[in-house]
Amino acid sequence: MQKTIGQINERIRDGSARVVTAEEMPVLVAELGEAGALKEVDVVTTGTFGAMCSSGAFLNFGHAEPPIRMERIWLNNVEAYGGLAAVDTFIGATQQSDTREAEYGGAHVIEDLVAGKTVELRASSRGTDCYPRRTLTTEIALENLNQAIMCNPRNAYQRYNAATNSTDRVLNTYMGTLLPGTGNISYSGAGLLNPISNDPKFRLIGSGVPIFLCGAPGIVVGEGTQHSPAGGFGTLMVTGDMKQMSQDYLRAATMTGYGVTMYVGLGIPLPVLDIDVVRATAVRNEDITVDIMDYGVPSRNRPSLRKVTYAELQSGSVELNGEDVRTSSLSSFRRARQVANELKHWVECGKMTLALPTRAIDATRQNKPMHQSRTSPRVLEIMDQRVVSVGEDEEITTAAKKLLKGETNHLPVINGRKVLVGIVTTFDISKAVANPGKAHLVKDIMKTKVITTVPDEAVDIAIQKLEKHNISALPVVDKELHVIGILTAMNLGKLVGGRWLK
Amino acid sequence: MKLLVTFSRGKGRKPIIAQVVRDTGVLINVERAVIDSSEGEALIEVPDEQCRLVSDTMTSLGAHVRILEHGVNYNETECVDCGACISICPREVFTFDDEWKLRLDEERCILCGKCVDACPHRALSLPL
Repeated sequence: MQKTIGQINERIRDGSARVVTAEEMPVLVAELGEAGALKEVDVVTTGTFGAMCSSGAFLNFGHAEPPIRMERIWLNNVEAYGGLAAVDTFIGATQQSDTREAEYGGAHVIEDLVAGKTVELRASSRGTDCYPRRTLTTEIALENLNQAIMCNPRNAYQRYNAATNSTDRVLNTYMGTLLPGTGNISYSGAGLLNPISNDPKFRLIGSGVPIFLCGAPGIVVGEGTQHSPAGGFGTLMVTGDMKQMSQDYLRAATMTGYGVTMYVGLGIPLPVLDIDVVRATAVRNEDITVDIMDYGVPSRNRPSLRKVTYAELQSGSVELNGEDVRTSSLSSFRRARQVANELKHWVECGKMTLALPTRAIDATRQNKPMHQSRTSPRVLEIMDQRVVSVGEDEEITTAAKKLLKGETNHLPVINGRKVLVGIVTTFDISKAVANPGKAHLVKDIMKTKVITTVPDEAVDIAIQKLEKHNISALPVVDKELHVIGILTAMNLGKLVGGRWLK
Repeated sequence: MKLLVTFSRGKGRKPIIAQVVRDTGVLINVERAVIDSSEGEALIEVPDEQCRLVSDTMTSLGAHVRILEHGVNYNETECVDCGACISICPREVFTFDDEWKLRLDEERCILCGKCVDACPHRALSLPL
C-alpha cells in the first residue's frame, strides 16, 4: 500500500487526517504492525527545542528621512551585520552586547522583538550623495519593521554527542557546566522526536518543505551548514516569519563561560507515504546512539569514552568507568513534545498542509575539517631548550645557585632516572630560606603537582594552561616524562614579535 | 530549619558555632561556610523545635541570624525545563516529573549557588 502526498493533503483539508507525534508512532507500530500503521496514520509530527547557536534574522527597517545607508548597526548595543544595503541587516544570535557582554546578545534582541518590546536601533554611515545621513538613533518594535525573517544556517542537528570532563577542574562549555573527574554528563537533543532522526535518508525533508519554526509556519531552505548525514549528524537551514513567532518556542540563553545562544523550537510534519516511512518514524530512543566525548581534551578530535543511547541519557544516569554518572539535558524534552503536539494540532485543523521536497538534500555527505594552510604555532617552536633542572635529593642551596646562574624563576625537579617529579620556583626557595626549618633538600619544598606541556601541543592550549592555573612556566616533557624544554611567559614574547601575527 | 549566620571576626574571634553547640546542646549541621579574616557566613541546619533557641543564643553572641524559609529562587516563566541544573546540583534538588517538567525539592537546597550559573535561562537565583 502507498499513499500520495495529494491524498494526504486532501484528508488534512477535509479534517479526516490521522496525525500522531513521533513519540506516539513507535507505540502504534508495535500495536498495529507496520502495514496497520501505514493504513492508520497519515502524518507524523516531530519536534525539537534546544540551543541552536547558528541562528539569526534579516531585518528591514524602512528608509529614514533624510535617508541613510547603514554601515555599522547596533540593536540594544548588539552589533548587527552592516554589509547589506541600505536599511537591511542580519542580527546573529551569538553576537554579544558591547556593554552587557554575555548577559545580553543577538538572541536576546530577537526574543525582545518577538515579545513585543522596543529595541534601540543605532546606525552610522559615511554619508553619500544619495544617502546623506550619517547617524541615526531610534526605538523600533517588530511591528515597525517591513520584514523580520528568521534565517538559521544550522538548525535541528540530527543528534549531538554527549559531553563529560576528565580533568580536575570545572569546564564551562557550550555543553554547559561540566564537573571535574567525569562528575556529570551533559547532552542535547530530542532523541526520537528529532525531525531528521525520523527521516535519516532525507526522503521527506528537503527544500521547500513546510515546518514549525518558533511558533510560526516556516520552510526548509535546504541542507544546513556542517551537514554531515553520513555520520548521523545531518543539519537543516530553515527560515520563518519572525512576526508570527512566539516566546514559548524561542528563548535567548547564556551558557556561563561560553556566551549567548538561542533556544529554537522546530518541528517538521512527515507524510506517511509508504512502509519505509513507517519504519523510519518508528525509531525509538533506544535506537539512537551518540558518543560521550571528553571535553577535557581541548582538540577537535576529542576522545569518545563510550557510546550511549538517548534512552540511557534520559534515564538520569549513565555508567562510566564503573560509576553511575548523573546526566543533564541542555535541550528541553518537554518543549520538544509541545512543538510536536502543536504541529499535530496545526495539521489536524488544516492550518498546515504538507509538501515533498522541491530539491533533495544529500543524505551521504560527510563534513570536512578546516583546510589550514598555516599550522598554528607549536610549543616546540618557541620553548626554551636550554632548561636547567635540579635533582630531588640536592640541597636547597644548590637549587638557589642554579636559579641565579640560569637567570630563571622555575626549576623542574627530576629523580635519579631523570623523570620529572616536581618543580621549585624562586618563591619556594625564598620561603624555605626565610623560614629555616627541617627542609634541606629540594624534594622537601618542591611542588609535586606539575602542570606540563608537550612539544607538539598548540601554543594557544599552553597559554590557556598558564592562565587557568595562574602560573608562569610549563616544563615541556617527552613521552617518558623527561624534561626537554620549558615554556615561560618570556617565550611567548616571540609570538607578539610579529612572526605569528601576520 | 536552615539559618544563615553572619558574623564579623573583630576582637576576640569567638568560636560562636562551637559555643552555641556547647551551651545549647543542639547538634548543628554546618552545610557550608565561608570565613575569612574579617567576616564569616555559615549556612547551618538545626531541628525545627530548637531553631529559636539556637537563633537567640547566636544573636546574643553578636552574630546576625536569618531564618531561611526557602531554597534557591525559581522563576518558572524563564525556565524551559531543559534540566541543565539537574546533574550539577550536589544535593539533588532538581528532578523531572513524569511530564518532563522540572521539579524542585527546596528542603534539600543549601543555597550553594552552583545551579545559578549553570542555568542557561537565568531562571535560578539566590535569595539575598
